[in-house]
Amino acid sequence: MLINLNTKSLREAYGLSLVELGKKDKNVVALEADLGNSTRSVLFKAEFPDRHFEMGIAEQNMASTSAGLALAGKIPFMSTFAVFASGRAFDQLRNSICIPKLKVRVCGSSAGLSDFGDGKTHQSVEDAAIMRALPNMTVLAPADAVEVVKMMEHINEIDGPVYIRINRNDLPAVTPESEDWTPGKLWTLRDGNDAVVFANGVMVSKALEAAETLSGEGISVKVLNASTIKPMNASAVIEAAAGAKGIVTAEEGNIVGGFGSAILEALRTESRGPVEFVGIQDSFGVSAKNYDEILEKYGLTAAAIAQAVRKVVK
Amino acid sequence: MSDKSTITSLKKTALQLRRNLLEMIGIGKVGHLGGSSSLAEIVAALYFHKMKVNRNDPKDGNRDRFLLSKGHAVLIQYAALAELGYFPKSEFAQVKTLAGALQGHPDMKTPGIEAVTGSLGQGLSVGVGMALALRLDKKPNRVYVIMGDGELSEGQLWEAAMSAWKFKVDNLTGIVDCNKLQATGPTREIFEIPDIEKKWKAFGWNVIKINGHKMEEIVAALDKAEKVRGVPTVIIANTVKGKGFSFAEGKAAFHNGSLTEEQFKQAQADLDAMAAAIEKEAAKKPAAKKPADKKAVNAKPAAKKQAGPAAKKPVAAKPAIKKPSGAKPAVKKPAAKKKG
Repeated sequence: MLINLNTKSLREAYGLSLVELGKKDKNVVALEADLGNSTRSVLFKAEFPDRHFEMGIAEQNMASTSAGLALAGKIPFMSTFAVFASGRAFDQLRNSICIPKLKVRVCGSSAGLSDFGDGKTHQSVEDAAIMRALPNMTVLAPADAVEVVKMMEHINEIDGPVYIRINRNDLPAVTPESEDWTPGKLWTLRDGNDAVVFANGVMVSKALEAAETLSGEGISVKVLNASTIKPMNASAVIEAAAGAKGIVTAEEGNIVGGFGSAILEALRTESRGPVEFVGIQDSFGVSAKNYDEILEKYGLTAAAIAQAVRKVVK
Repeated sequence: MSDKSTITSLKKTALQLRRNLLEMIGIGKVGHLGGSSSLAEIVAALYFHKMKVNRNDPKDGNRDRFLLSKGHAVLIQYAALAELGYFPKSEFAQVKTLAGALQGHPDMKTPGIEAVTGSLGQGLSVGVGMALALRLDKKPNRVYVIMGDGELSEGQLWEAAMSAWKFKVDNLTGIVDCNKLQATGPTREIFEIPDIEKKWKAFGWNVIKINGHKMEEIVAALDKAEKVRGVPTVIIANTVKGKGFSFAEGKAAFHNGSLTEEQFKQAQADLDAMAAAIEKEAAKKPAAKKPADKKAVNAKPAAKKQAGPAAKKPVAAKPAIKKPSGAKPAVKKPAAKKKG
């Protein structure tokens, strides 16, 4: 890896990676909507002030301006909270960026429930579903800081727009440093043959924890980090699920139309065991005192995954 | 550069664009005649006079950029792009059909189209992005963004206006096609936006007001805009929706309407009359005192000044071309049409 990471912060990893990309290619530019301290695009600003555009609290304009920059040969990274990137600027992403398939990179920071304190207006439960419904959009959901760096190292290989979903909090390291990332990669983080759990983001470490618990019960669980939500690597998903008695998906987002749906779409032609979705059950978020508390409230826990696995392997 | 022969030639080009437009609209097909024809002169002046374009390469790295934020008027852009030779006029007959390539709104698969626009309010933001990129690359090229007056109700457009001022993109010229009608009626009734000029000034822009059908005024305003430094310039063009088509002028029904056979014939006759008027005007001997090849003269002298926040900044809008402030261009109205 280019960066010697000594942080577990995904957003710090994003900001540091952005600087690296900026060093490699002078066409990389960054746009921000008054949240640069949070998204960490502020690191890019410090290094390349002329290529950093503070757009103010105007996400729609930021998105279409990114389109203009891309159309004139730049590689824009626009960063804001996931809820604003996917919601406030949706039509601009759709029309200005996705239709012409522009190489604009959209960082949806503080994604999912990770902005626990700010409550439902600032938490994004639907961004993955919205973004993956857009033709031409690639949707990434890294599990830890190392994966963020690996994705950013290869992001330029992806044609067209990319949405990268970045967690606000430090997350446990799960990504093997020695392995390379390519778009669509499914990381097999634990092998097993009774059930398979597909997860991404914060839910990957929860799934690993659940698998550990279940092994004590004699249930062998395969855990995969499927961090490319779109395009879903269907053949790899099918291969991973083959032979399992049951399947569980785990996402930090609404189960309606999100990651679990994407996994099931990939498996739709296969004969398979039952499937359970661990995720937010069609609701908005709430303010909480810490991240664990809010994950617990919405059932985004190792215990919930373990319970779902027990159900599908029965 | 705006000598009489140039002006005459541009008027003829605008007429040709209207002929192309009529060919695309045809009989019984639905199309945006009104908001396309209000732009004919402006589009002609941009593509065939002011902008750097390469007829052999629509993607020439040293071209100026044309963005039609009011994307529904794309037919008038197609009319120009075909004249440039970017695609054959045979495409006109199949516009907006599965058999053809020309989409109902600007699509980048069409040579010469620079961005996807049509979801209103986005083009100016795209233009700001392009202008920033051109400046980063130290390119001298300019960006032109055409907006509608109805479109000014989109909030994003004012976000873009603020950011254009913040970033001092003086390589961008906005043009507002004030044809005063929108899809369902007069803009005054649908969503009145008073003091358009003051609004742009308050957002820090340099403002030039013109008659958007007077070629001399258009050319002079475009010349002037590119000389202004430190702030973006917007040209507020007073226009007539449906201009050139007697039955459609000032009628909201032709925002996106279709023509009967009778109207189609009338349209042809109207354009023939317009052609005759242009010839007649061109044949006029140089007017009494000055040869009519002086620069056009109309832009309000006030347009040089900035207002609002810009006025406080050390951004001197370079006094553009000096205008001899009297001499009205001796141009007669093209074949008078009946009112709408």
